[in-house]
Formats: sequence, C-alpha cells, structure tokens
Amino acid sequence: MSGDHRFLGLLYLSPYIIGLLVFTALPFLASFYLSFTDYNLMSTPTFVGIANYAKLLTADRTFKKSLSITLFYVFTTVPLKLAFALFIAVILNYKLKFINFFRTAFYVPSILGGSIAIAVMWRYLFADVGIVNMALQGIGFEPVNWFGDPTNALFTITLLRLWQFGSAMVIFLAALQSIDKSLYEAASIDGAGKFATFWHITMPLITPVIFFNLIMQMVQAFQEFNGPYIITQGGPLKSTYLLPLYIYEAAFKRFDMGYASAIAWVLFAIIMVLTLIAFWSSRHWVYYAGDKRS
Amino acid sequence: MADHVITTNLADDSEAARILQAQRRRHIIGATIRYGILFAVGLIMLYPLIWLVGASFKTNSEIFAGPGFIPDSPTIAGYVQGWQTSTPYTFGRFFWNTFLIVIPKIIGTAISCTAVAYGFARFDFPGKKILFASLIATLLLPNVVTRIPQYLLFRDLGWLDSFLPLWVPSAFAGDAFFVFMLVQFLRAIPRDMEEAARVDGASTWQVLVFIVVPLLTPALISVCLFQFMWTMNDFLGPLIYISSVDKFPVSLALKLSIDTTEAFEWNRILAMSVLTILPALTVFFVAQKYFIEGISAGGVKG
Repeated sequence: MSGDHRFLGLLYLSPYIIGLLVFTALPFLASFYLSFTDYNLMSTPTFVGIANYAKLLTADRTFKKSLSITLFYVFTTVPLKLAFALFIAVILNYKLKFINFFRTAFYVPSILGGSIAIAVMWRYLFADVGIVNMALQGIGFEPVNWFGDPTNALFTITLLRLWQFGSAMVIFLAALQSIDKSLYEAASIDGAGKFATFWHITMPLITPVIFFNLIMQMVQAFQEFNGPYIITQGGPLKSTYLLPLYIYEAAFKRFDMGYASAIAWVLFAIIMVLTLIAFWSSRHWVYYAGDKRS
Repeated sequence: MADHVITTNLADDSEAARILQAQRRRHIIGATIRYGILFAVGLIMLYPLIWLVGASFKTNSEIFAGPGFIPDSPTIAGYVQGWQTSTPYTFGRFFWNTFLIVIPKIIGTAISCTAVAYGFARFDFPGKKILFASLIATLLLPNVVTRIPQYLLFRDLGWLDSFLPLWVPSAFAGDAFFVFMLVQFLRAIPRDMEEAARVDGASTWQVLVFIVVPLLTPALISVCLFQFMWTMNDFLGPLIYISSVDKFPVSLALKLSIDTTEAFEWNRILAMSVLTILPALTVFFVAQKYFIEGISAGGVKG
C-alpha cells in the first residue's frame, strides 16, 4: 500500500531480522570460518586451511565410526518411526470409539519426548533385570544385554524414539481426516479394493505430510543427543557415540572449537545434501492438490 | 411372468442377505484386529510411565524384583531423600530456576513471534519473499552448526553461567517454528475487521493489540504450551551455558543426581524423574486440545 506501510512491515519484523543476523546468520558464517582454524579458547583462532577436514576424513577413526553409526541410526529410526506412525494413524482414522483416548495415550510419550527423566526411565526399563527383560523371559525368550552389547545399545535409542511416534502420527491423522470422503465413495463404486484405494487415493493425498514428517524427523534424528548422552554415554565401545556427542565433547570438554566446527559442518553438509535430495525428488512423488504439473 | 419376477427377487434377497452378513462378519473381525492393535500399542505407550510412577514409591530392593507397578510396601523415602539431593540445595531450588528460565522465555517468544507473524501476514514490503524463505531455512537449519559461535558470542558478552543465553534468542523470534505456525493461522483469518478498524482510524499497532491478538489467542496458547514443554525438556542448552549448581534447572539437577547417587539409590532417581515430568504432564492433560491442534496446523497447512 502506502510508503509508511512498507516501513511498518519491516518494523514489525525487526526483532526477527536482528535475531536472524545476530543469532543465526553471523554464527553460521563464523562456524564455517572456525572450521578452518585451530582454536582452543585461550588464544585467538589460527587459520590452518583444510587441516581439520583432512584429519577428520583421513586420520580420525572415531569420526569414521561416529559418522557410520549416525547414518545407520538415522536410516533405521526415521523410516521405522514414519511407517509406524502412519500405520497407527490409518487405524485411528477408522470410525472407532475411544479415538480421542488412544490419540492422547499415543501422544503423551512425544510430549515428554527428549526429557532427561524419560531417558532415565529407559535405562531402568532396559536394565539387565529391568521389566523389558522380565517381559521377554515371560514369553520364553532369553534376556538381552541391551546396554552392555555394542550391537544392541544403539537399538535401545532407536526404540526410545520409536516410542515417541505420536507427534508424527497426529500430523498423519489430521491429513487423513481432511481427505474428501467422496473420493473413497467413488473408488468403492468403481470396485477398488482396500489396498488399491489406500495406494492410489490415500497415499498420493498424504504425500505432502509424509514429506514434511520425513524432513523434520530426519533433521531431528541427525541431532540426537539426550538419548545416548544419558542412556549409554556413547558406549559401549563408542557404539552409540553419535556425531552430536562427538561435537559436544570436542567443543565443550576439550575446547577444540575449530575441530568441533569442522565436524559440525560435515554433519550439516550431510543433512543439507539429504534435504536437497528430498526436495528435488519431491516433484516426482509429492502430490499437491490443485497442482497442474501432475 | 409374475412368478418369475418374485422368485428372482427372493433369490436376490437371500444373496444380498448373505453378502451383508459376510460384510458384517468381516467388519467385526476387522474392528477386533484394530482394537487389539490399539490396546497393545496403548499398553506399550503407557505402561512404562505407569511403572515409573509406581516404582518411585517402591523400596530400592523391590524396584527390580518384579514387573508389577504396585509397591508391596509403599514408601515416600525416594521423594524425601531425592528432594534433599547431594548438593546444598533442594529440588525446590531447581524447580524455581526452571521457572525463572521458562517464564521469561515464553513471554519473549509470545510477544516477538506475534509481532513478526503479523508483519509477515499483513504487510507487503521489499525483501518479504527472501525474509520468508529465510524463516523456512531457519526451520530446517540444524542448531548444531550455529551452537559453537553462539557460545563464543555469549561468552564475549559475559553472559555465560546466566539465563540470558537461554532467554534472549527466543525474545528475537528465534524459534522459527512458532512464527511459521502463527503466520499460517493469521492467513486463515479474514481481514474484514482489521480493515474496518483501519478505516475508522486505528493504527496498525492498535489493530494488532485489540483485534489480531484476541483472534490469535488459541494459536498463541499453543505456542506458549509448546515453548513450555520444550524448555522444560531442554537439556543441552543449560548443559552448555549453566555451570553453577545454584542456577541448575531440573534437567541438569536430575543428571547430577544420576551421577552422584545412582549406584544404589534407585528410588530417589525415579522419584525425582516423576517430579520433573509432572509439570509437563499436568499442562498437557489440562490443555491437550491446543497441542493436537497446534501440531496438526503446523504440519498440514505447511
């Protein structure tokens, strides 16, 4: 509209613009610069070129291990969580009684989510003599050494995050409930079976929220910290030493800020590449209603 | 001719009845399977929490003795001793600190995010597209990449070991998710009332305070509730910035109790775990519709 309106809009945005510059953009650039320096808080940062990255990618065996378990963790946890959340949302979308009760019950673990108390509880549940092993023995299985065995420890973190499928499920459920019922009636008249209906009508219509959940859960999973920090302290044998733990210890225990920034940038680059792949591929599988392209 | 019609109709009827019955049977089987799955999943979701509460009233020797949650000889020893902690402070102090972090942070978030969302949703200005794109980018930007320079910035400002690093970024609309949520909500509200008020001579500021904010209230409640939960649960922020025990929030205090007493005093840890999730749990049950609506709106309309 008028000139003062243009000024006004920016005025209302001023907290955001200042915050964006001071707390996001500046640190973002500074972190990139720091990743090319040697900086231990005592002296000023010294520029060392690509030395940090060279060390990371060639000599640092902890980094290699940490990177591979981080990727493994994300690529198992995120698909399992999304599949489970969608599965339960589809069941809840039938006209069932007590739907509000179930939705609440399934959502409570997400609310308590990353809290330390829940991580503590997980340690007790999966302890050698905890109730998970009692339940396993009750149905005739051998008790499992959850935290002592490097092959199991990471899976307990995955289970903790699967237990928190509720927020993804609520989003799926809202999307399912917004689908126009007449589409299902049309499919039913055309003689489509349940699976065909799900695959050809439901799935395309909820691809936007699958996409949204996929990105959000992926970014979140790559930054998992509380679970391994409290439950396993990265062990045993670094089998749960995810990259955020490594970054935290490098930066705030050893005060090796340059090296920690380099690890953070490798992690960031991986997240960015995967996000871009998801965005780029989305035009082939995400369907937006009213979009003429598809 | 008439006979023929009647007999085919009869055949049709019995056929239809058969199909109907089969459908009903399939419906009952389907419903049974669905309820079975829901109850099983519900049990897995809730039993750990029920067990946690029950076990916090058990004696240490009983905690790992059986899978049940009802204590044989209920005791509040875990609560009494856990509350005292191994520090000079009680958990009351740590709850107070948490409160001191949470409340200013929520107020700063609510005010700044409302103003910014209003600016995005109701005004045109140069660079709007880029700024909105930056909001989405911030939403996706992993905190891990900005954390170290932020720490250095707050150190240079002399803010380490204070609550300022936890408050200030939020007061500058630092939580992009909330701005985004409010913008989506505002875009769905018709502008008629605001335009009428403008015609009557109200300033944009008055429109914001007297018309937009009341309409925005449900969404603002969602924002405050989510910020409350996230701040209550936040561990890494205080871990990096708060170093004196007298300023610890409950998340750090709980970690401290684990490190100092977990070897044998299990019921203290469990009791304090229950207490630290109690505020979040209470708020959730009182206001759960705002959570469900907030998260659905943020996801679906985005």
